Amino acid sequence: MTLSLFLIQLLNGLQLGVLLFMLSAGLTLVFGIMNFVNLAHGCMYMMGAYFAATALAASGSFIVAAVVAVLGGGLLGIVIERLMAQHLYMRDHLDQVLATFGLILFFNELARWIWGASPVFMSVPPALSGTVSILGVTYPMYRFFIILVGLLCAVGCWLLISRTRVGMLIRAGSVNPTMVSALGVNIGLLNALIFSLGGALAGVAGLMSGPILSVQPGMGEPVLILVMIVIVIGGIGSIQGAFYAALMVGLIDTAGRAFLPMLLREFIDRSIAQAAGPAIASMLTCIFMATVLALRPRGLFPVKNG
Amino acid sequence: MTASPMVNRLLIGLLALLAFVPLYAQWAGEPFLITFLSRVLIFALAALSLNIILGFGGLVSFGHALYLGLGAYSVGLLAHYQIDNGWLQLLVTVASCAVVGLLTGWVSLRTTGISFIMITLAFAQMFYYLFVSLKQYGGDDGLSISLKSDFGFIHLGSPITLYYAAFALVALVLWWKQRMIQAPFGLVLQGCRMNEARMKSLGFPTLRYKLSAYVLACVIAGLAGLLYANLTGYTSPAYLNWTISGELIVMVVLGGMGTVAGPLIGTLVLLVCEELLKAWTSHWPIILGPLIVLVVMTARRGLVGYLMRGKSSP
Repeated sequence: MTLSLFLIQLLNGLQLGVLLFMLSAGLTLVFGIMNFVNLAHGCMYMMGAYFAATALAASGSFIVAAVVAVLGGGLLGIVIERLMAQHLYMRDHLDQVLATFGLILFFNELARWIWGASPVFMSVPPALSGTVSILGVTYPMYRFFIILVGLLCAVGCWLLISRTRVGMLIRAGSVNPTMVSALGVNIGLLNALIFSLGGALAGVAGLMSGPILSVQPGMGEPVLILVMIVIVIGGIGSIQGAFYAALMVGLIDTAGRAFLPMLLREFIDRSIAQAAGPAIASMLTCIFMATVLALRPRGLFPVKNG
Repeated sequence: MTASPMVNRLLIGLLALLAFVPLYAQWAGEPFLITFLSRVLIFALAALSLNIILGFGGLVSFGHALYLGLGAYSVGLLAHYQIDNGWLQLLVTVASCAVVGLLTGWVSLRTTGISFIMITLAFAQMFYYLFVSLKQYGGDDGLSISLKSDFGFIHLGSPITLYYAAFALVALVLWWKQRMIQAPFGLVLQGCRMNEARMKSLGFPTLRYKLSAYVLACVIAGLAGLLYANLTGYTSPAYLNWTISGELIVMVVLGGMGTVAGPLIGTLVLLVCEELLKAWTSHWPIILGPLIVLVVMTARRGLVGYLMRGKSSP
C-alpha cells in the first residue's frame, strides 16, 4: 500500500515536472538570450489550452486539437514578439514586467470574454482513457501519456539545442548575443524563432493539461509562478537546468501535497491538515528556491557568460 | 533628482484639493467620492512605499502586495477575536511586516535583475497560498471585519476619519521622502541604483542600506493594508495577489519613478481610469492592458517626468 502510493505520487510528480519543463524550456531561453522578462508566457499556455479545447469540441479529434494548440501557441509567440517584445529587449526589466503584465490583463479578460468565466470542459481522448499497469500499480493512461510526451519534448529540445545548427546559434546567443549578431547571424529572426518555439511548447503544455486541469481564465498564472521558480533554480538560460529543476520542483510539490497532510494529521486536526497541505507544499518549493539562491545565486546549472 | 517648482506647486494644489474633498462630498451628498478617494489615498500610500525601493533603490519588487495583505490580515485576524484596539493592530502590522520584510529581503536582496523580480513574486505567492489555506479564517473567501480599528481618540469606523488618516499618512510620507532623497541615506540608496559596485568600493555596506529601505517600504505598505481593511471592512487573500503587486508597479511607473509626487499622481490617474472603464464595460481589463503596454512603450518617464521634461536631466 505505502509503496504503491509512493510510486503513484512519484509518477504524479514526474507528470507535473514534465509539464513544468515544457513551459520553462521556452521561457528560460527568452530570459537567457534576449534578457527579456516575459510574464505573459502563462497566457500562451492558457490560450493553447483554449485553442485545444475549442478544436476538440469542433472536430472531436485529439490530433486536430494538438495541431491547433501547437500552431496557435507558436503563432501567438511570433505575434507577441514582433508587435511588442522586440521593441523592449533593450529596455530595463521593469518596462518588460509592466508591458507583459498589461498583456496578462488583456489575455485573461479576452479569454473570459470569448469563452466565459466558467471552466471549459475537455475530455480525455477515448484511446487514452484506460489505465496502465506499472510495477503492479495501476495508473491512468492519459497521465502516463503526458509523461511520455514531456520526455519526448525534452529529448527533442536536447537534440535541437545540441545537434543542430539552429541549436548551436541558440547556445551561442545565450552566451553572447552581441557577438552572434556581429558574426552575421540574423538575431532578430533567431529571437522570433525562440519565442515561437516557446509558444508552441506552451501550447503543448496547455493541450496536455487541458483534460486534467480546468481550462479557465487566469489558469496560466499559478503555473507561471512554479515555472519561474524552476527557471531560477535551474539557472537562467539553461535548458538542461530547466529540465532537472522542473523534475525537482514537480516532485517536491507533489510530495508535499500528498504526504504533508498525512504527516500533519498526526499532530493537528484532520480538516486543517488537509487544507494546510497544499499551502505548505507551495511554500516548500519557494523555500527550496530561496535555499538554492542563498547558496548559489545563479542557479544550479548556470550558463557561463563571458 | 529635485522636483521642479511646477511639480511642487501641482502637488501642493492636489493635496489642498484632496483636503477639502470630504467637505464637498458632505455638502453635495456624494459619499461615493469619499470612499473612492480613500482608496486612492491608501493605494497611493502603498505606491509611495514601493517607490522607495523601486524608484530610488532601483529594486523591482514584484511582491509588494504581500505587505498590504499582512496589514489587512493584522486587522482581520485580531478583529476576528474581537480585538479592535487599533494600537495593538498597528503593533502587529508593523511587527509582522518588519519581520517578514527582513527575512525575505535578506534572501532576495542577494540576487539582482530577473532573479530578484521572481523571488519577490514567489515569496508573495507563498503567503497568498498560506492565507488561502487558512480555512478556519475564511480561506479563499476571506474574513469580514465587523469591528473597525479603535485608536481611542481616532476611530477608523467613520469614513471621514479614515479618509483624513490616509491623507495625513500620505502627506507625512511625501514630506519625509522629500527630505529623505537629499539626506545621506537617500543619496546612498540612489547611488546603489546607479552604480552599486562603486558604492561598495566607497565603503558603503550597500546590502544594509538596501535592506533598511526594503523593510521601511514593507512597513509603510503594511500601514496601507491596515487602512484598506478598515475601508473595505473585509480582508482576503486577493489583497496579496500578484495582480495587486503589478498594479502598484503600474501606479509608480505611470506617475514617474524616483519622483516624490509620482506615485500619488499615478495612483490617482490609474484608479480614475479604472473607474471610467468599469462604468463603460465589464471587460475593462481588455482596454486597460493594452493601455499599460502603450504607456510603457511610449512614455518612459511617467507623467511627472512628462511635466518636468526639459527642466532637469533624469
